[in-house]
Amino acid sequence: MGRQPQPSHSHSRIFFKMNASQNNTINKRNRIVIAIASILLLAAFIFPLWQIRLQAPQYPEGLGMNIWVNSIRSLHPHNIRTINDLNHYVGMKPIKPSSIPELKFMPYLLIGLSLLGLAASISGKRSLLVSWMVSFGALAVGGLVDFYKWEYNYGHDLNPHAAIKIPGMSYQPPLIGSKQLLNINATSIPYIGGIAVIIAFGIGIYVLVKEYRKHKVKKPHFTGF
Amino acid sequence: MSDYKPFKTILTGGMALLLAVFIFSGCSSSKNHTANDDAADQVYVPPGKHDEFYSFMSGGWTGNISVYGIPSGRHLYTIPVFSQDPTDGYGYTEETKALLNTSHGFIPWGDTHHVEPSKTDGLYDGRWVFVNDRNTPRLARINLKEFRTDETLEIPNTAGNHAASFTSSNSEYVSAMSEYSIPLPKPLGNGTDVAIDSYAENFKGMCTMVKVDQKTGHLNVDFQIELPPFDYDLGRFGLGESKDWVFYTDYNSEEAHTMLEVNASQNDKDFVLAINWKKAAKIAHQGKGQVVSAEYDHNVVNHKTGWAKTEVKKKVRVLQPSDLEGAIYFLPGPKSPHGINVSPQGKYISIGGKLSSTVTVYSLDNIRKAIANHDVSKTIDDIPVLSFKDVEKEQVKKAGLGPLHVEYDGKGYGYNSAFISSEIVKWSLKTGKVVDRHPTYYSIGHLTVPGGDTRKPYGKYLIGLNKITKDRYLPTGPEMFAGEQLFDITGDRMKLLLDFPVEGEPHNAAELPASLIDTAQVKYYDLDENHNPYVTRSESEAKVVRKGHRVDVYMTAIRSHFMPDNIEGIKIGDEVHFHVTNLEQEWDIPHGFAMMGMRNAGILLMPGETRSIVWNPTKKGVYPFYCTDFCSALHQEMQGYVRVSSKNSNVKIAYGTNKEL
Repeated sequence: MGRQPQPSHSHSRIFFKMNASQNNTINKRNRIVIAIASILLLAAFIFPLWQIRLQAPQYPEGLGMNIWVNSIRSLHPHNIRTINDLNHYVGMKPIKPSSIPELKFMPYLLIGLSLLGLAASISGKRSLLVSWMVSFGALAVGGLVDFYKWEYNYGHDLNPHAAIKIPGMSYQPPLIGSKQLLNINATSIPYIGGIAVIIAFGIGIYVLVKEYRKHKVKKPHFTGF
Repeated sequence: MSDYKPFKTILTGGMALLLAVFIFSGCSSSKNHTANDDAADQVYVPPGKHDEFYSFMSGGWTGNISVYGIPSGRHLYTIPVFSQDPTDGYGYTEETKALLNTSHGFIPWGDTHHVEPSKTDGLYDGRWVFVNDRNTPRLARINLKEFRTDETLEIPNTAGNHAASFTSSNSEYVSAMSEYSIPLPKPLGNGTDVAIDSYAENFKGMCTMVKVDQKTGHLNVDFQIELPPFDYDLGRFGLGESKDWVFYTDYNSEEAHTMLEVNASQNDKDFVLAINWKKAAKIAHQGKGQVVSAEYDHNVVNHKTGWAKTEVKKKVRVLQPSDLEGAIYFLPGPKSPHGINVSPQGKYISIGGKLSSTVTVYSLDNIRKAIANHDVSKTIDDIPVLSFKDVEKEQVKKAGLGPLHVEYDGKGYGYNSAFISSEIVKWSLKTGKVVDRHPTYYSIGHLTVPGGDTRKPYGKYLIGLNKITKDRYLPTGPEMFAGEQLFDITGDRMKLLLDFPVEGEPHNAAELPASLIDTAQVKYYDLDENHNPYVTRSESEAKVVRKGHRVDVYMTAIRSHFMPDNIEGIKIGDEVHFHVTNLEQEWDIPHGFAMMGMRNAGILLMPGETRSIVWNPTKKGVYPFYCTDFCSALHQEMQGYVRVSSKNSNVKIAYGTNKEL
């Protein structure tokens, strides 16, 4: 950069305009990267998004559940049943995956998101890339808020007739990280599917930034002709 | 009084032998009255760590098998087999009752003797253990995934089933054998109601070959062999080169039927019976012998439903020795022999000369040669008797007084227990010379080396199963647990590591490496796979149904309540069947069910399991019931009530939990 003389303002404007149509398309390498990220999203159909693990003295083998895009499943066989058994003493509602509507439409949202990314990749339209990332971001934030809300409700909406009542105590597991809830240490972390989604999002941001920065960076090159 | 003569002889003889033992066992017994200090390290299994071996010990008159960890000697579990267990309901629940059925009716107790693990290629495979009931001739198969009795089989035409539950190299067969000969029904004999003193004429011994289904483990009496009326005492199948053979000791070749301690101890030599079971099976399958009517019960647990069912068997094939040419021989043995044990490669067969101070060792090669050369001295009931000199390899001298059993370490040594001189004697198989001896406390019977009856003993440890305990532990009145002693046999000398008390009277034991069993354990039963006809898979399915005088209660148990926990409408004279399903699906969360005034038993329900118990209320009242297994912080609250009304009352059936009836 330092070796090249700085371009004059008028020059850059001309070249920018000249290349405008070209710059609305994503470069080939980035389009491949976007395709990979879109497909990576589908890893959430193969691996759980999130994992909640519970440790207690009498459960040396651990208890837990995996949150999938369309279901919640026991980490070890029948763990959800056991967790519900234990939770009923403090008045928590049983976790019934079939009664969580999000699990019904989340797969479609994820497929839609993946298709949108693929559309951006195939068409090469920068506008599609932008809308992909905007909807991705919105869904991610919305998803986490929703997850927090479910956790909040499970932890706070307690049966007033529960056998064990501790004033001021709620049993909301953490969104991310560990928390001691009576005898149980609850740890909540994104799992392979979730990590794949985070990486896909990261890649999307990276490409977007790169695409955006391309114009600025490319200016000196054009003056060089 | 000429009657006294034999006693006098025995007494004088015994004194002389005792003196002799004192002389030739020398001065070796002053050492090792207690274990060495560093023994503690060898038997210490730290909290949370596991033992290296499971030891399955027959319980003798407990009728059960007790399981211990080795080297710690910790009592891990007791498996109910032939005896009812009121603590978990075994033999009391409708599901398990049939396991104790016999042609004599329901027999709630037994006398377990020889635990023998299943084998593949002469090695333990961890599939099952077999055990015999000596009293009511039965065999049982225990499944090692659940530590539960899967099956019991009565043995027909047999009494005193002592030489039993030995199994072949691939567990193709388990054998059972009469110790007490009995008269046989027609057409085999002259009927069962005969004069006792017609023993020699009418009484017969019986060897039974029980085929094991390799897939399911199910037992089936394949054929029997009628034998002269001797007392067949112990047995072992061959290994390696001798794997087609099975050997049994017998005493009472005198054919005595009264005062056996004298009358069965007159002959200088008794016998070892050798049967080529493979040939015998072939002959049986060719249709030789007679198929005669019999009655014996076969009780099998159906794993789908959890119910044991009895099948009454009506036929059995019986061969005569004359059918078995070239497949059955008597070998002259020491006087009144006891244990018989085959060396790991199957080449040597050792016999404890119970009333002598020697162990007799036969060589398979010599037996084969004698058979090939027809070195037959005589025949007994069509069984050729091979000549003694031709089959014997050697006599192990100074093997203590009253040698009973031999175990091998796989390194070329045999170890025999000596009951009368209360010691273990180690000798070389090669030279027959004694190399070490160690006292035991007191009067050792069986002894066991982990894998000692396989092609590859694990060696390392030896456990002496003593018959007399006396002062080894804090005294507990006249009866005490049996005292077992653990030895380290890795060095040249045996080293006493540990005394540990065990329940019942273990007649033998078998050790399996933990790794063969521990990871395969069932932790709970999957409710979806519980096909008990009376299962209640969810609380919403719980119900009480009356049909005449029978009331079926379909009840669930989960932390910490029963559904239903209030029941009304039961009347005196009703037969109430409680079918309780434990809804838990988690390891080690059993529930119990106990009812005031229940004359039957309390029951334990494993997670996902249904058990049924019958109650016949005889008095009006409200009867509380509760969970007996401390299941949760609210275990005490896990209770309920049953209202029993008079016969003519019009209280209707009503039930529920947390609702007004």
